[in-house]
Amino acid sequence: MTDIDPQITGETMPAPGVAPGTLHTEDLLVNMGPQHPSTHGVLRLLLRTDGELVVEATPHIGYLHRCAEKIGENVTPVQFVPMTDRLDYLAAMNNNHGYSLAVEKLCGIEVPERARYIRVIMCELNRIASHLVSFGSYGLDMGAFTPFLYAFREREYIVDLFEATCGARLTYNYLTIGGAAADLPAGFLDRLAWFLDYFEPKIDEYNRLLSYNYIFVKRTAGVGVISAADAIAYGLTGPCLRGSGVRWDLRRCVPYEIYDRFEFDIPIGVPGGTDDIPPEVVVGDSWSRYYVRMLEMKQSVRILRQCLRQIPDGEYRAKVPRVLKLPAGEVYLEVEGARGQLGFLVVGDNGPIPRRVKVRGPSFCNLSIIPHVCRRVLLADVAAILGSIDVVMGEVDR
Amino acid sequence: MAACLSPVGAVRVGTGVQKFAFPIFLILLLASIALAWAPALLWPNKPLLVRDVLAVVGVVAFVSLFAMFAIWWERKVAARIQSRLGPMRVGGWHGWAQSLADGLKLFQKEDIFLAGADRPLYRLAAYIAFVPALCLFLALPFSTAWIARDLDVGLIFILALLGLGVLGVLLAGWASNNKWSIYGAMREACQMISYEIPLGFALLVPILTAGTLRLTAIGDLQDAGFPSWLAFHNPFLLIAAVLFFVATLASCKRAPFDLPEAESELVAGYHTEYSGFRWALFFFAEYAEMFAAGALAAILFFGAWHSPLPAEWGRTWRSGPLWQQALHGVLFSGPLWLIGKGLFFVYVQMWLRWTLPRIRLDQVMYACVQVMLPLAMLNLLAHAVWQWLVPADSLLAQIANGVCTAIGAVTIVAILATIAYGLFHRRRLVGTLVVDHRPGA
Amino acid sequence: MTAAEHAVGLSVQEIASLLQARFADAVLEVDADSKHPGIRVAPELWHDVALFLRDDPRLRMNLLRCISAVDLHPQPYIEVIYDLLSMRPPASSGGPSRDLWSCAGLIAVRVRLPRDRAHVRSVADVWPTANWHEREAFDLMGVTFDGHPDLRRILCPDDWVGHPLRKDYVFPTEYHGIPAAAGGVTDGAGASEDH
Repeated sequence: MTDIDPQITGETMPAPGVAPGTLHTEDLLVNMGPQHPSTHGVLRLLLRTDGELVVEATPHIGYLHRCAEKIGENVTPVQFVPMTDRLDYLAAMNNNHGYSLAVEKLCGIEVPERARYIRVIMCELNRIASHLVSFGSYGLDMGAFTPFLYAFREREYIVDLFEATCGARLTYNYLTIGGAAADLPAGFLDRLAWFLDYFEPKIDEYNRLLSYNYIFVKRTAGVGVISAADAIAYGLTGPCLRGSGVRWDLRRCVPYEIYDRFEFDIPIGVPGGTDDIPPEVVVGDSWSRYYVRMLEMKQSVRILRQCLRQIPDGEYRAKVPRVLKLPAGEVYLEVEGARGQLGFLVVGDNGPIPRRVKVRGPSFCNLSIIPHVCRRVLLADVAAILGSIDVVMGEVDR
Repeated sequence: MAACLSPVGAVRVGTGVQKFAFPIFLILLLASIALAWAPALLWPNKPLLVRDVLAVVGVVAFVSLFAMFAIWWERKVAARIQSRLGPMRVGGWHGWAQSLADGLKLFQKEDIFLAGADRPLYRLAAYIAFVPALCLFLALPFSTAWIARDLDVGLIFILALLGLGVLGVLLAGWASNNKWSIYGAMREACQMISYEIPLGFALLVPILTAGTLRLTAIGDLQDAGFPSWLAFHNPFLLIAAVLFFVATLASCKRAPFDLPEAESELVAGYHTEYSGFRWALFFFAEYAEMFAAGALAAILFFGAWHSPLPAEWGRTWRSGPLWQQALHGVLFSGPLWLIGKGLFFVYVQMWLRWTLPRIRLDQVMYACVQVMLPLAMLNLLAHAVWQWLVPADSLLAQIANGVCTAIGAVTIVAILATIAYGLFHRRRLVGTLVVDHRPGA
Repeated sequence: MTAAEHAVGLSVQEIASLLQARFADAVLEVDADSKHPGIRVAPELWHDVALFLRDDPRLRMNLLRCISAVDLHPQPYIEVIYDLLSMRPPASSGGPSRDLWSCAGLIAVRVRLPRDRAHVRSVADVWPTANWHEREAFDLMGVTFDGHPDLRRILCPDDWVGHPLRKDYVFPTEYHGIPAAAGGVTDGAGASEDH
């Protein structure tokens, strides 16, 4: 067995809080990633383990850094929209939406009604698709291979809808500055209604298959408990924050677009024993974070049904000049992405190209709690915690 | 617009030889089994060496064939549970030749050695894992006459060889020079060795009833039809059967106890660094052990090579002409029944694997030491007391027998009905997406 | 419906007045009517202001949403913008409440630092989420946060030279022997060089 690589013991990369050269080498330093089936992307977790017990976990990110923000300072806003797709590539419509809203606020562009409804429909559909992937891959991490396939089966229907609308299955470049890039195709709304009727009972089926499964509950309940105060302090948002019992959702608390016209609940983590929650569940554990996503899919279905009833005819995009001039000033706007609050800071420079585009990726902040949570947990629990936080490295690294 | 939203698909069935490839294969297989029946009659006349060579060749052939079949079957079972189809193309009919193709591919792969790996141990580990899994078939009876060596201590021999597999896994994990492999090896050692204790306790129960360790004798005890199967004699034997099955799941590293090969945490656990044919050896060993576990469960608890019909009814056929003997083998007792029961248990193992999540190591150990071990010990004690106090033909024994037989019958019928239902409604259950979007064959 | 319009609680002007009452020269500029309303504070007093913003019962800015560093080239300044939000729990406490948490104030706090000496006190001890945000600002913009527990690069490789998001950043021509022609195709001979 080779000795522990001196490059990782401390001289070049000291572990936080430990001076270089003083690391003792009795514990095993294990690398989880960057290529690893359960790290949901190129994430490197450096684990110091005492047998099966993880004493310390340090995430190393940057493997997917594609200089999106630097590119944002070199292209026009319309040209940057495809870059936003690649941030959280599982819920790309939400990224497009956020960036477009920020630029429209900066330039004072008024988006037509139909375009707003189209945007909400696409964002909520993409939220469902993203939560399906999260549900499936979490089951995969826990060893249940089948829910993954079921999730992707449902996702095929959603992705077919997207493909009919904008031609793409994963990175859409659809919700652009001023509205949507094209109108909904004929038959879209009927097909969407059919999908909603087909999909809603499936959520209960998946709960019976995975969520309440005794082994799954034993693996995830009580694991990686994050208190509400810790969650807010570490900047957690989205299902991670709601799993800790904080009923906070930008769509209701700081509404944007037309979300104040819809009725929907914000599910949060509740203690075990209430309703049909298994008794081992603690507020803020991995199971709660996972279950919040399942409940959110139901709420998204609810919003979509209301959209179907309310969507008017009209323009799908505002009249935006060919060369859009960004006035001097700055805008910071956050939307509720599938993983949390996705923020865009756009600094205009009296020209077609912005001075600065800063992206606040929710997974970036969600991931920062890993060193705090993964202390003295088992190796298998690290996978459980990471899966429940549901990071997408695209928006961590940008 | 509507067209682009509607499903697209056209299915063409293979024509010509392809269409008949699988039926031909099936007929050949069955013919070989049926024809192999005949040499058993000549056996006592052959010299010992030839007989042993035939036995070894037969064992190796069976295990290899079974492993190839089981790999294909697992992929089909997994696919159907996961709402997809599985192999469909290789060979024509439901991709029956997929295993052949995979075997050929693995055979001709480059032999990769890690720089820091311990070469002799790295090589040895694969063989140590594979050979015991093969050897235990030497003592595993497929019928009263179908056994390579009818050992007095056949059961212990098989158990010992199952345990020897631990060594191969440990060596594989260590010799790979990979921390993740070490984790897999440590977990596996922990798990397999711990679960051999409840396994042993569960096995002692039928041994107490049968009074012998000879597997053929235990099998012949159960030839009076369904109620005479050992699992249904009294409730303690039924509990022992369930305990035995769960313990073998842990021994064979099958889900939900597949922590040693937990893909999502350890890449592939102890065989991460193995590729090509060495990996195939581990794989084969696993499927061989699965079948051995299923066959053992069948022999010890579920009627061995006897059908649910009492052998009494067909006694005259046993000494009749060849065709009558073959019919006796199919209807009353014969190797086909043991293979069938073994396959059934293998199917249940596969079913569990693709349904249940993985249990964490400390929960595995908790289940073993704090739940299964006391249960197995108490069960053994209760069975011993029962056997001591209750005479074999008393009313109490018959009532117990009747109740357990009823429970067993209902369970087995329910399982078979579920399987039949799934088979009958597979189009609807697999999902319209798969049917509509299936690519042309 | 913009975020600023919907914020209940204190407005930027009110927050600025509270701060000016507490700290004498902290608030250098108030920008309440722009599309990104906020205040500019003096860098030396930022840490105390941060503690006040988080702990004062009227303010309770508990969520640090984002730390952005903007290079104001050709002006010789780098501006670090801290976006804060106050999340208030619902009025009724105890037991599963159906009420939403509410937003009790949004503010952007700007700190203007000279480009050649961009130092400011870290607020990682005030809001733990600042830890990674400040590492990113250090990595990409070259702002040094004094007192940060572990200030090292987070997105770029550890041996990267320079701070890429600065306006005067010059792209390197090679990295570990791999040639990188900015905007051009790499030379075939160079690519076959092995290291």
